[in-house]
Amino acid sequence: MSNIILSAKNISKSFHDPVTVQILKEVTFTINKGEFVSVIGKSGCGKSTLLYILSTMDTDYEGELQIDGMMMANKKEAELAVVRNEKIGFVFQFHYLLNEFTVLRNVMLPGLKLGKYPFKEIEHRAYEKLKILGIEKEALKPPNQLSGGQKQRVAIARALINDPVIIMGDEPTGNLDKKNSEIVFDIFQELSKEFKQTLLIVTHDNEFAERTNRIIEMEDGRIIRM
Amino acid sequence: MNLKLLTSISKSLLLARWKQTLVAAIGVTFSITMFITLLSFMSGLNDLLDGLIVNRTPHVRLYNEIQPSKKQPIDLNSEYKNHYNFVSSVKPKNELLQIQNSGAIMQMLKHDERVLGVAPKITAQVFYNVGNIDLTGVINGIDVEAENRLFLFKDYVTAGNYIDLKNTPNSIILGKGAAEKMLANIGDVIQVTTTKGERLQLKVVGYFQSGLQDIDKVQSYASMATTQKLLGESNAYVTDIQIKLKDILTAPKVAKELGKLFDLEAIDIQTANSQFETGSSVRSLISYAVGITLLIVAGFGIYNILNMMIYEKMDSIAILKATGFSGKDVQKIFIGIALTIGLFGGMLGLLFGFGLSQLIDQIPFNTAALPTVKTYPINYNPKFYLIGTIFSIVTTYFAGYFPSRKASKIDPVVIIRGK
Ligand SMILES: Nc1ncnc2c1ncn2[C@@H]1O[C@H](COP(=O)(O)OP(=O)(O)OP(=O)(O)O)[C@@H](O)[C@H]1O
Ligand SMILES: [Mg+2]
Repeated sequence: MSNIILSAKNISKSFHDPVTVQILKEVTFTINKGEFVSVIGKSGCGKSTLLYILSTMDTDYEGELQIDGMMMANKKEAELAVVRNEKIGFVFQFHYLLNEFTVLRNVMLPGLKLGKYPFKEIEHRAYEKLKILGIEKEALKPPNQLSGGQKQRVAIARALINDPVIIMGDEPTGNLDKKNSEIVFDIFQELSKEFKQTLLIVTHDNEFAERTNRIIEMEDGRIIRM
Repeated sequence: MNLKLLTSISKSLLLARWKQTLVAAIGVTFSITMFITLLSFMSGLNDLLDGLIVNRTPHVRLYNEIQPSKKQPIDLNSEYKNHYNFVSSVKPKNELLQIQNSGAIMQMLKHDERVLGVAPKITAQVFYNVGNIDLTGVINGIDVEAENRLFLFKDYVTAGNYIDLKNTPNSIILGKGAAEKMLANIGDVIQVTTTKGERLQLKVVGYFQSGLQDIDKVQSYASMATTQKLLGESNAYVTDIQIKLKDILTAPKVAKELGKLFDLEAIDIQTANSQFETGSSVRSLISYAVGITLLIVAGFGIYNILNMMIYEKMDSIAILKATGFSGKDVQKIFIGIALTIGLFGGMLGLLFGFGLSQLIDQIPFNTAALPTVKTYPINYNPKFYLIGTIFSIVTTYFAGYFPSRKASKIDPVVIIRGK
């Protein structure tokens, strides 16, 4: 029981614009600690929609969501923000780095928000994360001076800063070329193997998916394989 | 920790767009500068104009008025007590303008806690004789020292020395307008006739200029003794008792009380000069209105820059929210930007406002009507600076509130999906 990091029960979601269409239909699954799970499926089957719900950013759904043993239902916006800050790390297709800050500061921001460690400690930890991703040399540059692959690696470092219980990614290699995709995938592998990091990654890349612990395949808003 | 983090984010966003924020801040600076300058100047002007009246008008004046008796003999007759009595063509009694027992009244007033000072006065209607022509005039018999102490008499004596009025027997200080009409120079001797036909030669020892032309054409000053002599009255003759109070606001109450106590007419400064207060408050109102309008315009400037910034920073807001910043945090970040603009712009505005006021304070302003004023009047009341600060903070807060609330409501899913 305590091994379950994330549990989704009968999650359904419909869009009502312009006509009501049900996108997710009673999606139920769990993710255990340390698992590296990939989600695949045809374009438009609802993968991103599901991920936004699991990440607590989308609260307009039916069903039950539990993260790290906590029910997400009836939580206020600010409380959900705390959950995201503390327990979830995100990597999106786009890096979303703030150009006003250095790479290092970008990585530090969620840590500063959490405020669990003093500033110096957070800075040190951010360096450590950058080192794991092999980009500690770029720490003091502004993000717009980095290559696409490097930016995505900074985004991963940012996702790691608070030692989240789970990392979620929505096509994190979608914008990258083959070589950079490889690098990012290898990093995920390493995080999973060496640091026992739990990962949930949406991808279009079947080759990528094959190399994860478990594949969840979706079709028309339902899970058809897991 | 959280607040420090949010302010540091505000600062970075602000510095990344420093040109636009500077323009917005200059807007605030400009409006606060104008606000301060306008109010200081207007208020200085008000003080000056009020001073014309307030400095020289007793807070309470006690006098006798020639008027028909309110009670006719028939009213005292018990037989007709329950009747309506109509008496037509009532005439005033031949009663003197003199205040009976003025010495005792003044002694008593001097011991009153609320009273700052008391000065007696005699008003005498006269004609200034210029060749064949008689000009109507009024001679105010004054206690020169008391008058100077309470009503700054010296300031309005533009030529000659005011104390000569006391030291030279049979002397007069002529109103500037009257002197010009009579072509009377200092040292000349003029002749006046009282309404009863008495004539007296008086030596001109100075000119008096109140700033109000109509008064200067008519009024002159002489000592109490000279005036009493002119009227052929004893040295107890006093027609007015002028009272200056410690607190001008109590004047109406004190006037009522003293009038009843001494059975005299009593008029307070507020009643006597109500038109001046109206003028002052209208001028203040206009200054405030202009100042606040400017500030609101500056507020729109801030509103615009913030809206633009939020539009540009959608992605940043989305990721901040995705990584654990709440809507409130985001709101604080943008309110922080607005307040920084407001505070920075406002402080500069206060400084510039002070500078501009000082500049205006140096501009020569010579007018025949106002002998004591050499430059434009400025009132450096700290109140204006306080109001300016509060206004700049409040307007920028509201200018920032609406855009930042919009930012706090941004749904990160919508932004991230859109990519
Ligand atoms: N705001 C919305 N209003 C209406 N329909 C929507 C909205 N957002 C998404 N959809 C629909 O929901 C369905 C699922 O979208 P979603 O983005 O989850 O698909 P996906 O599996 O992530 O696809 P892809 O692999 O292309 O990213 C799509 O058919 C899409 O048209
Ligand atoms: Mg998708």
